[in-house]
Amino acid sequence: MAKLESTFRNMLVALFGVTLIASASLGLVYNVTKSPIERAELEKQNNAIAAVLPQFEELGTAYKKFPPEGRDSVDIFPALDQNGEIVAHAVKSYTYSGFSGYIEIMVGIDVNNTITGFRVLRHAETPGLGSKMEQWHNDTEKPGQNIVGRTLNEEGLKVSKDGGDVDAITAATITSRALMDALNRANATVSDLDSYTGATPVNN
Amino acid sequence: MNQWKNFTKGFIKENPVFVLLLGMCPVLGTTGTAINGLGMGLATTFVLFMSNTVVSLIKNVIPDKVRIPSYIVVIATFVTIVQMVMQAYLPSLFESLGIFIPLIVVNCIVLGRAEAFASKNTVLSASIDGLGTGLGFAFALTLLGAARELLGSGKIFNFEILPEQYGMLIFILAPGAFIALGYIIAITNRLNKQKA
Amino acid sequence: MEYIIIIISAILVNNIVLNQFLGVCPFLGVSKKIETAVGMTGAVTFVMVLATIVTFLIQHYILNPLQIGYLQTIAFILVIASLVQLVEIVLKKVSPALYQALGVFLPLITTNCAILGVAILVIQKEFTMVEGVVYAIANAIGFGLALIIFAGLREHLDLQEVPKGLKGVPIAIITAGILAMAFMGFSGIV
Repeated sequence: MAKLESTFRNMLVALFGVTLIASASLGLVYNVTKSPIERAELEKQNNAIAAVLPQFEELGTAYKKFPPEGRDSVDIFPALDQNGEIVAHAVKSYTYSGFSGYIEIMVGIDVNNTITGFRVLRHAETPGLGSKMEQWHNDTEKPGQNIVGRTLNEEGLKVSKDGGDVDAITAATITSRALMDALNRANATVSDLDSYTGATPVNN
Repeated sequence: MNQWKNFTKGFIKENPVFVLLLGMCPVLGTTGTAINGLGMGLATTFVLFMSNTVVSLIKNVIPDKVRIPSYIVVIATFVTIVQMVMQAYLPSLFESLGIFIPLIVVNCIVLGRAEAFASKNTVLSASIDGLGTGLGFAFALTLLGAARELLGSGKIFNFEILPEQYGMLIFILAPGAFIALGYIIAITNRLNKQKA
Repeated sequence: MEYIIIIISAILVNNIVLNQFLGVCPFLGVSKKIETAVGMTGAVTFVMVLATIVTFLIQHYILNPLQIGYLQTIAFILVIASLVQLVEIVLKKVSPALYQALGVFLPLITTNCAILGVAILVIQKEFTMVEGVVYAIANAIGFGLALIIFAGLREHLDLQEVPKGLKGVPIAIITAGILAMAFMGFSGIV
């Protein structure tokens, strides 16, 4: 078969045809993958909620609340005991100050403002450095860097470089500082603080 | 042309990364670990294979003057498919490769093979060429990823080879990407010269 | 204040070439002479800003309202490709002098992943229009800075005695690595 001539009509038909077929097949794949994408996200979120909370009977109704400082609202999932009393909150919080920008975490905070656990949901930090944040700050053998079990007050958590008592990840202080920002934002939101430390970048 | 030769030329002799120096952005940007390099390599292989096949199929119905835009649309379609499938079934890999997935579209290797090879050859040759070039690209990315991961953190594919304190962090960071790649290209040059 | 942070971080800290690895192909390809490096920088700046504005409008006024965000890659690359053509035609008519200076670099720009990369990043980072334009300009400056410094280094490199195995491309890439290391020194400032 000879090649089609480059007449205006042929060009128009060819380009239009290619684009039409392309968009149609993309629409098809989009509809096929849409529900697995949503399911994967939801599953990740539910697993994280279960992992960060202490013993609880059932989850209450989730709601959104605007933090004292920040660009967007955070999601709060209250955990109830047998009597329907709130024992802790799982908070989906965020920060924009990671080394590569946005980090999203799920953190469990009980009624005494103690961190019961946390999971990183989304990040783009450097592999081998900032990406270690979940293991690093969850290491029960190293109390200096572990943050689970710490009680948050109005001061919030700070890395040692900023005058706090959390040992930051070696060579990735920025990531640790961002994680503290997300944690403090979560705590300030559930405990109705007016502001919190770490909302503004620390200059040193 | 001998199809086996057609398939294997992409690995060493005409390796898209080490010899032709094409598609450098993902080569440097996604090889912090071996697994990321492999994932990126296989994603690109899929796009190369599919776009080469389709371009070769439609080469006769596309008028010459609109050939490049049509090829770009074909490539962008497969890139978007990879993007959506990865997001659905491999979400953590999708997150760590980030912006480099949509950027497969501007990877010069993909358009280069479509224009230089697929638009002039039979469907069979074109798809084998796509597969070979793609796997050569994946091989290069995995090799570089493994080298950087080993030097940087003492691991390969997350298996500990050396204790972590021997790792030289710089190889995981940006400068190490350039330096490791420079030495691998020097070694490949030397190997190719010996054969010739 | 926020704009200053965007600018400094894009030019020095997260340099688009040396840290984010976007636009590495032209970085290695047209860095043999300072003159060509300057020309390329001009062309990239021009197209990057234009492309960011147009893709921003397309994302927010066409793709989002119609909920066809999944066509983003296809739409953006087609827009950038046609934009480059358009710029070439307009430039040829309106300013032949400028066309002479930038013309040869324009076709190379379609496959410059820095352009598409910045366009997508502006959407991902949820910038406003103004922030997006500032970000695009800063990244273009960052690209130019890295490219011109690198071209200067390579001009000197030509006169040096390099071990045989490393001659040509390998030593150039290793030099880029050392340049990236120098830029890492900025990482504390924002």
